[in-house]
Amino acid sequence: MINENRLHAGPEIPGHAPSDESVDAERGLRAQSPLQREAAQTIFEKGRPGRRAFTPPALDVPERPLDELLPARFRRREPARLPEVAEPDVVRHYVRLSKRNFDLDSGFYPLGSCTMKHNPRLHERVAALPGHARLHPAQRPARAQGALELMWSLERALAEIAGLPHVSLQPSAGSHGELAGVLLTRAYHADRGDQRRKVLTPDTAHGTNPATVTMAGYEVAKVGTDADGNVDLDDLRAKADDDVACLMLTNPNTLGLFDPNIAEIARIVHGAGAILYYDGANLNAVVGISRPGDMGFDIVHFNLHKTFTQPHGGGGPGSGPIAVSERIEPYLMLPRIVRRKPANGDRPTFDLVDADRPKSIGRLRGFQGNYGTFVRSYAYIRSLGAAGLREMSEIAVLNANYLLARLKHAGVAEHLPAAYDRICMHEFVLSGAPAKRDLKVRTLDIAKRLLDFGYHPPTVYFPLLVEEAMLVEPTETESKETLDGFADALADILREAAEDPEIARNAPYTTPVRRLDEAAAAKRPVIRQHL
Amino acid sequence: MSGYTHLTDDERREMLAEIGVERLEDLFADIPEAVRLDRPLDLPEGLSEQEVYLHLRDLAQRNVCAEDEVSFVGAGMYDHYVPALVDAIIGRSEFLTPYTPYQPEISQGGLQAMFEYQTAISELTGLPVSNASVYEGPSAVGAAGYLARQSRPGRRFVVSRGVHPHSRETLRTMSAGWGTSIEEVALRDGATDLDALIRAVDEDTAAVFLQQPNFLGSVEDLEALAKAAKRTGAVVVCACDPLPLAIIEPPGACGVDIAVGEGQTLGNRLDFGGPSFGFFAATQEYLRKMPGRIAGETRDVDGRRGFVLTLQTREQHIRREKATHNICTAQALNALAGVIYLSWLGRRGIVELAELMLQRTAYAREALAHVDGVSLAHEQPVVREFAVTVDAPIERVVERCQEQGINPGLPVGEDYPELGEGALLIAVTEQRTREHVDRLAAALGEAVAAERAGERVEARA
Repeated sequence: MINENRLHAGPEIPGHAPSDESVDAERGLRAQSPLQREAAQTIFEKGRPGRRAFTPPALDVPERPLDELLPARFRRREPARLPEVAEPDVVRHYVRLSKRNFDLDSGFYPLGSCTMKHNPRLHERVAALPGHARLHPAQRPARAQGALELMWSLERALAEIAGLPHVSLQPSAGSHGELAGVLLTRAYHADRGDQRRKVLTPDTAHGTNPATVTMAGYEVAKVGTDADGNVDLDDLRAKADDDVACLMLTNPNTLGLFDPNIAEIARIVHGAGAILYYDGANLNAVVGISRPGDMGFDIVHFNLHKTFTQPHGGGGPGSGPIAVSERIEPYLMLPRIVRRKPANGDRPTFDLVDADRPKSIGRLRGFQGNYGTFVRSYAYIRSLGAAGLREMSEIAVLNANYLLARLKHAGVAEHLPAAYDRICMHEFVLSGAPAKRDLKVRTLDIAKRLLDFGYHPPTVYFPLLVEEAMLVEPTETESKETLDGFADALADILREAAEDPEIARNAPYTTPVRRLDEAAAAKRPVIRQHL
Repeated sequence: MSGYTHLTDDERREMLAEIGVERLEDLFADIPEAVRLDRPLDLPEGLSEQEVYLHLRDLAQRNVCAEDEVSFVGAGMYDHYVPALVDAIIGRSEFLTPYTPYQPEISQGGLQAMFEYQTAISELTGLPVSNASVYEGPSAVGAAGYLARQSRPGRRFVVSRGVHPHSRETLRTMSAGWGTSIEEVALRDGATDLDALIRAVDEDTAAVFLQQPNFLGSVEDLEALAKAAKRTGAVVVCACDPLPLAIIEPPGACGVDIAVGEGQTLGNRLDFGGPSFGFFAATQEYLRKMPGRIAGETRDVDGRRGFVLTLQTREQHIRREKATHNICTAQALNALAGVIYLSWLGRRGIVELAELMLQRTAYAREALAHVDGVSLAHEQPVVREFAVTVDAPIERVVERCQEQGINPGLPVGEDYPELGEGALLIAVTEQRTREHVDRLAAALGEAVAAERAGERVEARA
């Protein structure tokens, strides 16, 4: 059966041949669905010369010869070969493509560190109101008072959540917020005539942290993790010297653990004259419970597309506002939003200001930031309110600990134990090392088999210091039934692997395509359609 | 309890029992007392959905948007028509709510869309390699600078003043730690001064930055500029506006190495500045040094055609401090809107759209040139945007026009003192008709006349 399929489907890819034993296991799993039968065809391939969807508005001005308006030497000689398709082709093509995607609205998405929580549809409705969606970014502030008030209010709310007084909404994503933070750090030290060359990042850090450090012109120095999953304080003390500009930290960290030594960490870092930077990717665990500013952090970035429900869009848009302490404020990006309260009790007015800020690092992008994401996150904060935001984090942590406990009791822990046997925060990390050793299935295989069960797998092979890591973040918007179902699925997969590891090793079977040859894609890159 | 969570009191008890703790607070035992918030957040209490809707609607109504006035403001983002099918498709859960496609078997829709997007950007720019999007236009210019700095030993950036002021400023901010300096090249009659560029470029120049059409709307002689820029081996970066590229010789055909730009005009809303997307395309030389995600074609174990994120050893999650850029989340949904829009326009439609703008902009330019007190700021060819100089207090003139329901354009005298205080940048998209332009000319004429009359009154007083 498998070989027959190969004959129909195309050439065999070396290195992926299932072993003979797996053939029986695969029989019955491999009935091809319509999506699997459909060969991928691009919108370019579907076009036919002469087809079109767009009708231009009528020309209502006297037509002048092109040569008069745009000299021939500047004019394009060969037209861009865009698709030639009718409107129904465009709609059907992209709707069919959409069906080849798994999405959060359809199923559980416990992707660690990504906070895949429900995206309320109200937010799409309010963001699409013309007063928001069709507002030009260069509109004069006097005529954009609603937008500026919204941004100012969101800044105030994020400042309160961070426990830090000043906010800039400008960065476009978490990594952009990190770059802002490290450039602010650089400006702060430079202003004091203090030349420092290094930034500390823990070995549990997101990859964006060290990449940001390099982009900002610093060198990375790594700090180790102790046996309990916390920052290794001795290592930190040894490395925090007067050449260190900053420590970038996530708390709870990427193991899902809150570092109880945070006050001591802050003391060590500040004692060395360095800045303490908070990577807000894991903020969903602590909103209304503990604030980065109160922990001693000087700079915080938020991921509005994680904690504050901006839909992730298959890889963005995001938004990465930052909050900072008083000593960092003079360097914040421009423009700033200011509120002016008239003495006569009239309604306050809002303005964008970029003059008289000589210490500012300047702009990090065009205009004011990803405003559409601000509308959504502001709507979310107003919907939940103070109590709702705290409850959001409480349930995120409850759900994570419950799922961890359920996995233990379902027998999963024998092969897929928690890497650190502690109460976790909003996420936890499992190690697939025993499964790999005893069952001969890797974390990757388990993840791929989860696809056949209708789940998006957790983050795999991160954090790097846990062997065969699987980072699980259920979020607060999942029900107990969903968590139970996921735990049962993992238990089933491990039981199945104990009987026949080939099933997981060749998974998935039910997806539009099966395992893809990533090595070949990188070796001979085909990154555009050849026309 | 918010309607976005599920747990009943009974379920909470059951779950705590399963965990083996008594109270919810026990789960937070690792957080030391000293860093706990001992009070509720100082934020308003939660609201019902309809209350939030009304509040957000009230805020929206306090903005004057492109539906409330006839706007000629552009300057990097433009009021183009977004076809209905774009909203319908990008609003689908399957595109709106997934994360970055880390599991390709269940992300073929998004990955194939990236591949198609890359093809379309590659076609528009005339360059063989495109990534799957970066944040937006000005930071894309900064990203190109970072790539150039890593690829060339030089320590100078030479930047035309035709490059968007936000892009120049972003490049300056981002390059604070790169050990580079920035020199600007002046404009002559609205276009980059070729002689000045030749003088500015030397052996130590890592990159030269241009914009097509430039900030003042001028179509630059990109081929001559790129040739001059390359004499000493500098990387030539060009920020470009994708719709005019339908009828202008593309950067790739003019010797440009890296073409970047703002993608908002391709099927994305104004959204007060974002989210939109930035595009990033380059010659083959930079394939393995590009920032951001790239989708590539491959086969699955059964031989089916499929798509994956590829060349990931460039990226932060693999290469960490040696990554080519720190970007992770980019603007996938906005780039999807871009490729849907380009498919809708199609090969002939995009040319027709650009030619329509060319004709209407020419009409507007001529109409305004005949307005008393308004003169053209330059004579260069333009496609969608041009600059004039208004001989009257510009802020007052703009306010007077806005009182008539016309937003006449963006004053740019502060950024371009060389054009005088009255410099005004005017954009004419396909949404601006002849009638709109006639109203603009009348409103500007009246406003200038009124201001001059007012000045005479004040002078007499």
